[in-house]
Amino acid sequence: MSPINGLTIAVPRGALFEGTVDLLAALGLDTEELRSNDRKLLFADIGVITMRPTDVPTYVEAGAADLGVTGKDVLLEQAADHPGEGGREVYELMDLGYGRCTMVLASKAGPDPAREALRRLGVMRVATKYPRIAARHLEGTGRQAEIVEVKGSVELAPLTGMVEAIVDLTATGTTLRENNLVIREEIVECTARLIANPVAHKLKASPIDDLMARLRGLPAAGGA
Amino acid sequence: MIHPLPSGTRDVLPDETREVRAITDILRGVFERHGYGEVYTPALEYESVLARAELAEARPAYRVFDETGAVLVLRSDMTVPIARVVATRYAGSEPPLRFCYFAHCYRGVRPQRGQPRELLQAGIELVGSPAPEGTAEALSVLCRCLAATGLKDYRVGLGDASLFPALMVSLGVPEQARPRLLEALVMRNFVGLERMLAESGISERDSALLLEVPQRRGGPEVLGELPAPAHEAATGLRQVHELLPAEVAERVIFDLGLVRNIGYYTGAVFEVYDPALGGPIGGGGRYDDLLGRFGRRLPAVGFALEVDRLHIALAGEERGTGALLERAQDGIPG
Repeated sequence: MSPINGLTIAVPRGALFEGTVDLLAALGLDTEELRSNDRKLLFADIGVITMRPTDVPTYVEAGAADLGVTGKDVLLEQAADHPGEGGREVYELMDLGYGRCTMVLASKAGPDPAREALRRLGVMRVATKYPRIAARHLEGTGRQAEIVEVKGSVELAPLTGMVEAIVDLTATGTTLRENNLVIREEIVECTARLIANPVAHKLKASPIDDLMARLRGLPAAGGA
Repeated sequence: MIHPLPSGTRDVLPDETREVRAITDILRGVFERHGYGEVYTPALEYESVLARAELAEARPAYRVFDETGAVLVLRSDMTVPIARVVATRYAGSEPPLRFCYFAHCYRGVRPQRGQPRELLQAGIELVGSPAPEGTAEALSVLCRCLAATGLKDYRVGLGDASLFPALMVSLGVPEQARPRLLEALVMRNFVGLERMLAESGISERDSALLLEVPQRRGGPEVLGELPAPAHEAATGLRQVHELLPAEVAERVIFDLGLVRNIGYYTGAVFEVYDPALGGPIGGGGRYDDLLGRFGRRLPAVGFALEVDRLHIALAGEERGTGALLERAQDGIPG
C-alpha cells in the first residue's frame, strides 16, 4: 500500500475522523489499520498522520503534511482578521461537505440574560472555546463583550452564572437543550475543509490537482 | 544567570555564524559579479517616509520617538529604504541602477511559527529596468545565487500581481466586488472565493474562470492553454518566460494565483520554494509605482532571500555533509 499520489495527509481524530477515513477509503487507500488502531499516530505506509483537528493547520503550515482535513471552525479560529495579520499560511482548497455544524450564540432559556446584561451593565460575558470567532462576531455586531476562554464543557459556564452566554459549535442542538440553553444567533456554518501547504501546493501541483478532481467525482464530497 | 530576549529574536553563536557567513559570502560574490553594489541604510527610519509605501504584511511593527517627538520605525524590509535612497541620493543618475544588501529587518509576526521578528535578508534591487527584461535579469540572478549556495531542489514560483485584477476588469466584475474577491485569493481561501463568486451575480462561465485560473500552476504549458481574457492577462508572464535562460526557466513554476502580501507589487511576483521547508525561502517582484511615490518615477524589480531559511533548507538537503563550509573555503562557484 502506498500514499495517495505520494502525498502526506493530516487526518483529524474526533468528530471528523470517520468522514475523512471514508473519503480516503473511497480514494482507494487501505484504511483498515487507521480505523482499528487509535493509538498509532503515524501511518507512513499510507501517508497519513493523525492528530487533534486544531493541530492540523499547524502541521500543514509547517509542511509536515502536504494536505490536511479540518473543520472550518478551526480555520476561522486560527485565521487572520485581514490578509497579512498572522493567519495560518495554508490554502483552503475544498469544502468536503461532511461534519456540518453551526457556530451559535446561546444563553439560558427564558428572557435572554445576555441581552439584559448588555442593556443594564453595558457588557455581556461570553464563555467559549473559540475566543477569536466570538470576539469577531460580537465586535462585528457592535456589542461589548468580555470573552472567557474555557477548555472543557462550555455549557457549564452560563448555568453557574459565570457568564450570560456561550459561543459554541453544535450539530444537533441536543447538548444545548439538555442544559436548558437556547440558540439566540447562528454565527456561521462549518464543514470539513481540505487544506494544503503553500509550498506543496506548488511543488506537488499535479498530485494535488488529481486528488481534488477525484474528490469532486465522489458523491460523498464536493457535491455539498 | 538567564536573561531573557525579546520574543522572536535570538543570539547567533560562532558555529552558526560561520555557516551563515559562508552563505552570505557566496551570495555577495554573485551579486557583485552581476554589478550589484552593496548598500547599508539605517535600521531606523522616519515612519512618515516608510509610510509612502503600502506594506500590508510587512508593515513596520516597532516604533520609537526621537528627542523631537518624531516617530521612528525599525525598517520592515529593504526595498522601501532603497527606494528612498534612489530618490534622494541618485536623483539625477542614469538608470538602470543596481544595488544589493544584507540587512536585518523587523516585523511583528506571531512567534512560535518559525518566523523571527528580526530577520536577515539578502537581496537585490534593480531600478530603472522595466518588464520583461528587468524581471528576467532579477530571476536569473536569483537562480545563480541559489545554485551557487548548492541548493539542489529549489523551484521559483512565478506569478503576476496584476493578473487577477486584470481578469476581473476584463470580465466586467463590478468594482465594489473586486477587493473582496482579491482578498479571498490573498488569504488563499478558494472555498470562500467560490462562495463569493456564486453570490456576486457574475455569470457562471466567468465565475468558473475566476475560480479556476488562479489555481493553475505548473510548467510553461499553463500560459499557453488559457481562455481569451486570461490569455491576455498572462501576456506579461509569457514575455518574461521568453527571455529566461534555459537553466532559469526549468526552475520556474508558473503560478497564476500567486499574490504576495505586500501591497507595492505591480507586476511579476515570485517566491522561492524548497522541499526541505514548508514556507518560501524568499521572494520578490516588480514594484513599478513605488519609486514614483518617493519622487523618481522608475520601474523596478527586486528580491530578498531570508538567509536563515536558506540555511535551514541547505541543512535539510545536506544533512550534515559539511558541504557548505567546504564550498565557501574552496572559493565561490557560479
